[in-house]
Amino acid sequence: MKKIIVYQEAGEFAENKDVARKWREEIILLELAKNKVVEVDFVNVTGVTQSFVHALVAEAFRRYGDRAFDNLIFSNANGVVREIIRTVYHYMQESLGDTDENRP
Amino acid sequence: MELYLSPSDYLRNFDRFIGELSFADPKKLHIASHPKWINVHPAVLAFTATLALTVGREHVEFDAFTASSAHYLDRMGLFNFTKNKSPYHIAHNEPAGRFIPLTIIKDSAGQSQFITDMIPLLHLPPEKTDPIKYTIGELVRNVLEHSYSTSGAVVVAQYYRKSNIVRIGICDNGIGIRQSMNKFWHPKNDIDAIKLALMPGISGTTHREGGTEDNAGAGLYFIKSIAQVARNYFVIYSGSAIYKLLLHDKRIKNARLHPDPNDDRHSERNNAPNFHGTLVAIDIALDSDAGDFEKLLGDIRESYTLALRERKKIKYREPRFV
Repeated sequence: MKKIIVYQEAGEFAENKDVARKWREEIILLELAKNKVVEVDFVNVTGVTQSFVHALVAEAFRRYGDRAFDNLIFSNANGVVREIIRTVYHYMQESLGDTDENRP
Repeated sequence: MELYLSPSDYLRNFDRFIGELSFADPKKLHIASHPKWINVHPAVLAFTATLALTVGREHVEFDAFTASSAHYLDRMGLFNFTKNKSPYHIAHNEPAGRFIPLTIIKDSAGQSQFITDMIPLLHLPPEKTDPIKYTIGELVRNVLEHSYSTSGAVVVAQYYRKSNIVRIGICDNGIGIRQSMNKFWHPKNDIDAIKLALMPGISGTTHREGGTEDNAGAGLYFIKSIAQVARNYFVIYSGSAIYKLLLHDKRIKNARLHPDPNDDRHSERNNAPNFHGTLVAIDIALDSDAGDFEKLLGDIRESYTLALRERKKIKYREPRFV
C-alpha cells in the first residue's frame, strides 16, 4: 500500500493543486490501475481546499469508479478536512456518467 | 482612468465608488481623494493597485493627499505601485495584528508562501482563520489558473477589531470572467457570466458536471456561501458587471444557501465601466456562524449535491409513451 503524507509537501493548509496533480498522476492513478490501496494521510493538516481534494481524487473516480471508492483511504483527517472530502465524494457521485458528448 | 477614494468606500457603498470611476483614458491612472478623510475597503486598494500595474507606475498620478487618514495608503503599500514617493514618513514596523499589505502573487509557490505568512499577521485564533485561508486560497488559485493575468493576483486584507471583521480584496487584470466562461457556456453578457461562475458545478473548463480532473467549478460557490452564512457582503466586478451579495435578514438564524445566485438577496448591474479583469471582495465576520467552519462546509455540501441532482433531473430523458 502506498501512503501519501499530505503535510510533507502541501503543508498545514493544503491548497497547492500542483502538488495534488503530481500525487494523482504519479501515485493514485498508477496504484489504482494495479488495484492497489492508497492511503492519504492528513496528519498535521489543519485545512484543505475543495480544489485540492478535487485535483487529487476526482479523476480516479471517473476512471476507476468503485475501485477508487474501495481503494482510497484517508487517515488523520480533522472535521474540516473530512467535510471537504465528503463534498467531493458526493458531487462526483452525482456527476459520474456525465460527459460532454451527452450534453444537449 | 480615474478613480476617487472617499471616506466610505465599503462594499455597502460600492456603487458610489464605481460611480466616480472612469476608464476614458486607458493609458494613465489618476487617483483623486476626499480632502479630509479616506476610508477604503481593501478591495478598493487591490483594484487601484491592479489598475496601476496595468498602466505602469510611470503613468500613475495622484492629487496631493490632504486627508489625515491617507497615511493608511502608505501603510498598505499603495505607493509601491506609483512613481511618486509616499509623502508620509512613518515607521514600517511589523504589520502584525491588523493587516496584510498589498501583495502580488504570481505562482503556486508564492501562493502557498503567502498563506503560510499571512495568518500570523492577522493575530487571530487558529479556529477563526479557516474561512480566511480557504477564501484566499481558492480566489488566488482562480486568478492563477483562469485569468491569464500577466501581473498575477493582487491581494490585500485588513482586520477591523471593532466590528471583528476581516475584509479581503483580490484583483487581477486578466481576461475577465466572461471570456473565461465563454469557451463552453457562451454567456450572453458579463453579468450572466458572473452568475454562471457562481453556480456550483459549472466550470469554465468543461460542459461536464463534476468538472475536469483539475477543476470542479465549485470555488466561487463556496466563497459566496461563506459570505452568506456569515451575513457579509461579497462582490464580484468583471467587465461591465457587478454582482453584490446583500445581507440577509438578521432574524434568519440559519441562512439557506442558494445554488442559483439569482435566488440570493443581491444587487446586480451590467452597465459599470468596462473593467478588463476581475475584482472579488469579501467581508468575513469572525463572530458569525462562519466561525463553525465544519458545519458550514456540511451545509455547502448538502446544497451543492442537491443542486447537481436537480440539474440532472432536468437532463433526464423521458420515456416515450404511446
